[in-house]
Amino acid sequence: MAYQIKVNGTDHSVDADEDTPLLWVLRDWLHLTGTKFGCGIARCGACTVHMDGQPLRSCTLPISAVGTSEITTIEAVEGPEAKAVQDAWVAHDVPQCGYCQSGQVMSAVALLREVPKPNDRDIDLAMNGNICRCATYVRIRAAIHAASEKLGG
Amino acid sequence: MGAEDITLSRRTALQGAGALVLGFLLPLKGVRAQGAARPMVTAPNAFLRIGADDSVTVLVKHIEFGQGPWTAAATIIAEELDADWAQMRAEHAPANVALYANTLMGIQATGGSSATAESYDQMRIVGAKARAMLVQAAANAWKVKPAEIRVEKGVISHAASKRQGRFGQFADAASKLPEPADVKLKDPAAFTLIGKDKSVARLDSAAKSTGKAIFTIDIHEPGMLTVVVAHPPRFGAKPASFDATDALKVKGVVAVKQIGSGFAVYAENMWAAIKGRNALKTVWDNSAAETRSSDQMFADYRALAAKPGRAVGTNKDAPEKPLPQGKLIEAEFLLPYLAHAPMEPLDGYMLWDGQTAKARFGSQLQTADQGAIGKVFGLPMEKVFIETMLAGGSFGRRAQTTAHFAVELAEVAKAIGPNKPVKLVWTREDDIKGGYYRPLFYHKFQGVVAGGKIAAWRNRVVGQSFMKGSPFESMMHDGVDPIVTEGADELLYAIGDFRCEFHYADSPITTLWWRSVGHTHTGYAVECFLDRLLQEAGQDPVQGRLALMAEKPRAAAVLKAVADLAGWKGSAAGNGRARGVAVCESFGSFVAQIAEVSIGDNEEPRVHKIWCAVDCGQTVNPDIVRAQMEGGIGYAVGHALYAEVPIVDGGAAIGNFDEYRSLRINEMPEVEVVIVPSSEKPTGVGEPGVPPTAPAIANALAHLGRERPSRLPIVRRV
Ligand code: FES
Ligand code: FES
Repeated sequence: MAYQIKVNGTDHSVDADEDTPLLWVLRDWLHLTGTKFGCGIARCGACTVHMDGQPLRSCTLPISAVGTSEITTIEAVEGPEAKAVQDAWVAHDVPQCGYCQSGQVMSAVALLREVPKPNDRDIDLAMNGNICRCATYVRIRAAIHAASEKLGG
Repeated sequence: MGAEDITLSRRTALQGAGALVLGFLLPLKGVRAQGAARPMVTAPNAFLRIGADDSVTVLVKHIEFGQGPWTAAATIIAEELDADWAQMRAEHAPANVALYANTLMGIQATGGSSATAESYDQMRIVGAKARAMLVQAAANAWKVKPAEIRVEKGVISHAASKRQGRFGQFADAASKLPEPADVKLKDPAAFTLIGKDKSVARLDSAAKSTGKAIFTIDIHEPGMLTVVVAHPPRFGAKPASFDATDALKVKGVVAVKQIGSGFAVYAENMWAAIKGRNALKTVWDNSAAETRSSDQMFADYRALAAKPGRAVGTNKDAPEKPLPQGKLIEAEFLLPYLAHAPMEPLDGYMLWDGQTAKARFGSQLQTADQGAIGKVFGLPMEKVFIETMLAGGSFGRRAQTTAHFAVELAEVAKAIGPNKPVKLVWTREDDIKGGYYRPLFYHKFQGVVAGGKIAAWRNRVVGQSFMKGSPFESMMHDGVDPIVTEGADELLYAIGDFRCEFHYADSPITTLWWRSVGHTHTGYAVECFLDRLLQEAGQDPVQGRLALMAEKPRAAAVLKAVADLAGWKGSAAGNGRARGVAVCESFGSFVAQIAEVSIGDNEEPRVHKIWCAVDCGQTVNPDIVRAQMEGGIGYAVGHALYAEVPIVDGGAAIGNFDEYRSLRINEMPEVEVVIVPSSEKPTGVGEPGVPPTAPAIANALAHLGRERPSRLPIVRRV
């Protein structure tokens, strides 16, 4: 059936089965491919998007559960936290293969919006749902601290 | 040079330093990669595109999946070209073995941590030639002598006539000039980019931080079908028959076809393909399937290791001696199957029109994949095109000796018929259950300690070879696959009474090289057992090693460097923590590490910090070297502590990250890296960070009142 969902500020009508995960709607219906598939069972974080500002694993949220919530993906994440995080990611050359990094950035932005000056434990709690098989964790941590400082946190 | 001369492993190929020493038969009959006969191409027109906007785009022959070959190639070119870093760009070169062969392997391929090692001289010459051609073009235009022209940071100038220009305005004219036969390369003392910290930044960081980088899974083309394949649950099983009635009822499922590796489900989108596969009824032919479990295989391997094997490496031709007098120490090490689990599972796009095949995917052995695809379609290699895509990691997984993924991709396209573009995607379960693992290995050791010294060393290794019977078999010599025992057959330590033997084990379970290949298991077994013997001999882990390294100055130097970095004062670190040491040479690079470990929650080891010293010859990008050490260490910590693909009844018992436990940020140790300065030829960094980590952790545990774990992973699932 057709679902009305709001993604990156735009209303979309999507004709999909009710159990279709938001991840595949974003990727295969809307061609917003920045959000990645890594596991499909909410264990890797590659598919992280924001739903009403909160980080969410889109691979296990069926389209029927999106309702009127606003979805934001890596393509449209913006604001001071997003800019600080992405600038820090580049300055620290965080990415290796890069495949997990959309999800890492989305989780990091959500963290800094919630906790402007995170300590290492805050970072562990907010980021441990995001696997990086290239193990760029040392730089992810450093970049989050740097972004926080840049924001005056 | 013929096949009989090709005797080198990837490791020895690198050490051999001579170009063009490897070659092998491609799966496509009649097409032979004549590595030996292939001259190194240094034509700027093959590797560089200079735009009217002054951008310099390097066509990089190595696949970029994280290790930084794009940035490295651009750095080397920019150095010799005297370009400004801001004008540098990179993209993948097309598949074309005549232009883009790996100078060590003779085919277009990335692997063995060889990207910089094998192309360093080549890229320097390309850059220098391009510079000479731009200078000549400017000289012609300005009617001045080339020798009077300077190039600096992308600006071409002639002082006397006060003329200045940029690359873009001379690029066209330069590209039409004859290629200079001889060029003078820069004196390394004059380098401003190569080996200079923070002189360049990675070319791919921005696109990868904003979701703009395009991977294979992101391809969408009009009319494209998304395909998943149902693979057999047991290794060695074959597809027999299927009933697609229910699968075809799933909205969006278009077709189901039998192919060699299973049953392909074609759909309009990924979710429909997954649901269709779930609804598919399959029958497998298990007549040739594996039936054992991991435990049974270890028992079989242990029984095999009780018998003498084939001797390799140091002293291999000497008759075996009886063990000398002294204290006999025995140990065994059991290392499980490991999946690479790159973050992006295997995937590929293919458009076959009956006359040509156009593939887009993260191809790591382009020439082998091209040959394999051609064979499926019955097309000559020049009708097979591969666009190499950025890939979400590999760790060895995309370098397939049998080109199995390229074959599956081609069969999927062929089965549905021409002019139907397909995107084949493996799910995480396909990936983790899908084999091509780091082989399961068993090590048996006997050592004798007498008079405070190591008096004898005996090691028997049992495991599968993925070279044997593959198109890469020509890398073997005299029936010996050097990968099975590399790192164990010749030690960094002078131990006179030394013997290493191996047995091959066979199984239909498919195996492959996994980040640092043989060193993944020999590094662990050898460095743990050596440490055990030094402990028995009452020697300090650092001093004891150094005393045996007189003939290995580079290994000794990294060990000293890491001991300095960590302020080594022995294994005890106080505070309930202990330190362990390990040193490994792999792919021509030397890496020593010290791990500081305690026992944390749930009795699990907690790795606090790893100090790392690396000598990889001349460095090109020091920050990428550090990043590769960090990443290699994290990869190694995660697998040593948590990872195993348990085999039950001939199939993988687990299939996703819920059970194939991956390292997470809260488990990542702090890492401190020192790069030991070297003017030796550049060697690899993608893999050599891995081998010392697991034994350094185990050796630390031995000083926390635990045994060095004889079976990995250290934290075993029950
Ligand atoms: S793909 Fe959603 S958490 Fe892994
Ligand atoms: S950068 Fe490769 S998985 Fe994170």
